[in-house]
Amino acid sequence: MVYMPITDDDRRKMLKITGIRDIERLLSGIPEDLRLDRELDIEALSEMELLREIDSLAAKNTSELVCFAGGGVYDHFIPAAVGTIISRPEFLTAYTPYQPEVAQGTLQVIYEFQTHICRLTGMDVANASMYDGASAAAEAAVLACRVTRRNRVVVSEAISPLYREVIKTYLSGLDVKLVSVPATDGLSDPDRIARSVDDTAACVILGQPNFFGLLEELEPVAELIHKVSGKMIVAIDPIAQAILKTPAELGADIVVGEGQSLGIPMAFGGPLLGFFAARKELVRSMPGRIVARTTDNDGRTGFVLTLQTREQHIRREKATSNICTNHALCATAAAVYMTLMGKTGLRRAALLSAERARQTARQVFELDGFEPYFPGEYVREFAVRTPLPAEEIVLSMVERGVLPGIDAGRWYDGMDDCLIMAATEKRTAEDVARLVDGLKELSQNHALP
Amino acid sequence: MTSSGIANRQETEQESSTMDEGTLIYEKSVVGRRGYTLPETGGTETEILSGIPENLRRDAAANLPEVTEGEAMRHFIGLSVKNHHIDKGFYPLGSCTMKYNPRLNEAAASHPSFTGHHPLAPDTTAQGALRLMYTLSGYLSEISGLPSVSLQPVAGAQGELAGLMIMRTYHKAKGAACTRIIIPDSAHGTNPASVRSVGFTPLQIKSNEQGVVAPEAVEAVMDDQVAGMMLTNPNTLGIFETHVAEIARIVHSRGGLMYLDGANLNANMGIFRPGDVGFDIMHFNLHKTFSTPHGGGGPGGGALGVRAELDRFLPTPVLEEDSHGELFFNYRRPDSIGRMHSFYGNFSNMVRAYAYIRTLGGRGLRRASETAVLNANYLKELIRKDYDLPYEGHCMHEFVISGSRQKKLGVKTLDISKRLLDFGIHPPTNYFPLIVPEALMIEPTETESKETLDHFAAVMKQIAREAREDSEKVTSAPHETPVGRLDEVGAARGLDVCYRD
Repeated sequence: MVYMPITDDDRRKMLKITGIRDIERLLSGIPEDLRLDRELDIEALSEMELLREIDSLAAKNTSELVCFAGGGVYDHFIPAAVGTIISRPEFLTAYTPYQPEVAQGTLQVIYEFQTHICRLTGMDVANASMYDGASAAAEAAVLACRVTRRNRVVVSEAISPLYREVIKTYLSGLDVKLVSVPATDGLSDPDRIARSVDDTAACVILGQPNFFGLLEELEPVAELIHKVSGKMIVAIDPIAQAILKTPAELGADIVVGEGQSLGIPMAFGGPLLGFFAARKELVRSMPGRIVARTTDNDGRTGFVLTLQTREQHIRREKATSNICTNHALCATAAAVYMTLMGKTGLRRAALLSAERARQTARQVFELDGFEPYFPGEYVREFAVRTPLPAEEIVLSMVERGVLPGIDAGRWYDGMDDCLIMAATEKRTAEDVARLVDGLKELSQNHALP
Repeated sequence: MTSSGIANRQETEQESSTMDEGTLIYEKSVVGRRGYTLPETGGTETEILSGIPENLRRDAAANLPEVTEGEAMRHFIGLSVKNHHIDKGFYPLGSCTMKYNPRLNEAAASHPSFTGHHPLAPDTTAQGALRLMYTLSGYLSEISGLPSVSLQPVAGAQGELAGLMIMRTYHKAKGAACTRIIIPDSAHGTNPASVRSVGFTPLQIKSNEQGVVAPEAVEAVMDDQVAGMMLTNPNTLGIFETHVAEIARIVHSRGGLMYLDGANLNANMGIFRPGDVGFDIMHFNLHKTFSTPHGGGGPGGGALGVRAELDRFLPTPVLEEDSHGELFFNYRRPDSIGRMHSFYGNFSNMVRAYAYIRTLGGRGLRRASETAVLNANYLKELIRKDYDLPYEGHCMHEFVISGSRQKKLGVKTLDISKRLLDFGIHPPTNYFPLIVPEALMIEPTETESKETLDHFAAVMKQIAREAREDSEKVTSAPHETPVGRLDEVGAARGLDVCYRD
């Protein structure tokens, strides 16, 4: 049988040594009446048949859509070497590095990943990864409630609605009130936030850039929440961060985000990469694994998982989080990506994305009926007011091979005419032309009586 | 080559390997080196940045490393070879199910039509991906006997979280004010941590002398305050919870729900279906039972199965099929616990799990579980004389031994674990479950050969002998690994978790 080296002959010998006549006897611990009395109804396929089936399933996807969609997941270029490294069985098929003597590869990569994230965000400490940006934001809110012993979480409605939904789910059992503060012109409004922030507020959560791609003024909000000794949580886009002032400088206590842009394919939304960074005084309250540099009994440098007494396998019900398996291989991909791109490359990817976004915006806004939805400044993602429902535009454009963006009306009432578009360094002038021609044709057809 | 030449070469190799011990990519960085090529920007940096308010612009680039691709490759390859991994050697970690990760799964998951698909593209453009998910959900239902499956949770612990939230929402909908969850003392650490994370209180009960939960123990604590019970079956001692049907009856009779921690599903496939014997909710670990690679700690997959009455509580969105056979995500589920993940879960791992299940088929899955059980019993028989065996009788896919006998000789279970590393074997899960002193929890899985099991047993025998005759060899282990025992206390005190120049 495939993948199983035990032959019939092995089986006979092994049963004999265990002193058991047959496999059925071996299963005698399971009461007879609890056993399944039939075979599972799943047909087996050979390797080539399976690949053929995968091919035919994949063919049902509309592939190679020119992607102007973002919302947390972006179509960035991934250098070939990233795939080479993370396909190495040494990284791919290793377990969690609980035995550091034989896991220095994974441990050092994670230590370097933590360092990259700290340098990108300006924070003091980062963990080994979370599931995705949304769960990282939710865990940040839980942390803030725990350390402040408060039970109100204030989020801006301008952060990703997907994050907000996950935060709501994570807080649902914890007797915590989640307050969503409406945005003004697509931006978090410090005056409105001020009305929700008092000494019962554990934290405020803002996005930078926010879901509409707009740049937020973080400092006034950080001042508000710090005045009542709450925590400032910022959810960032790691590519945009390469050209934006660090959240640490702007008052963040915790920085989280979606790391998919850092060398991880979109893959229909998973696996993604959550990152979690904080000021050093919060390190003992952080969720998830953390790697530290230390020495071995011969004085050689080595790496270990540290502060494990925060974690579920040691602390059980008193753990800071229930997270166990994280997204280590995605963190490895991000570490390789950030190493290859390095100091200048990550900045170049951000500048190129910003430039392509501006070129796209300029051309889209030249079309009749398309205009900026909000007046604010953006990096590589922007909201467009559309002359016909954004949902219709998306459905018609995918038939032309272009995914023009995401339809904000899915999450925001009254914004059915809002399309959020993003660009990366991968978008070419031809891609933009294809998008613009399609939009033009659609709006012209629409304008006809 | 002269003998002195050989000596010289060895010395150089030793030096260079010492030189590279723990050297960070940052220490190899040289200003001006580049590991990427990207097109030039059209405008100048100043022009592009002019769109960003001055007070929000970054003054200096993040100080990431500067190396060429070749240097990066040497760095990461150099690191990689310091790892133990399943393609290199035996990995008998109990409750972790370190089975072989078929490369066919990788080929399937890397199909560009899957990897290149944006998650917010309309459902109409993702019919292939959705069909695969829909079919996989059906397979997991067939394997578990639970009719409704959500693939959204991305890890076992997140599956637990979702499952417990379903319990809470279910009781709330009935107007019941439940606050407690029964958990046996043999449970995984995630169980009590998850219970706390949803605002419940864990209520721990003892396993009996046979290593299982007695119905009386459940009866004694079961009341209207109890929302349900979490159970692992077979449990972490590798013993089937014989009284599971009776326990389920007791829990159900007081309105509670039964949750199965699916970590040990590898013993059950085609033999025992949780849904048939009273479990209402369970999570699957795609990265254990269904062979998706562990990746040095993830990503995994923590799909959730529930019985039909609990379907309405599943995380949104829920994948459904319309009357034309088109698949779509349904977001309008008013009773749902809400969203657990940004999108739909770890899709790539769903492809891998699908490929695995489809390759084995119904018969192969049963054979896998049977063989896992056979391997564990055979191995237990081979080493039982040299170590203490706290529970007699046949085990399922894993078993626990105790190093108590060796501890009396001054050799701790930790030392035995470290000594195993010298033989290229990853130690079993140690000091767990908590109810066995000096525990070693051993799960060989079905993808190991008789020869590997024989070799492991011989090594365990040798270590037991060393503990008697030459204990220092064990207590000072490992001797053959890239680094020796690490200063964990110093690590926690110094807390160097981020490199600073």
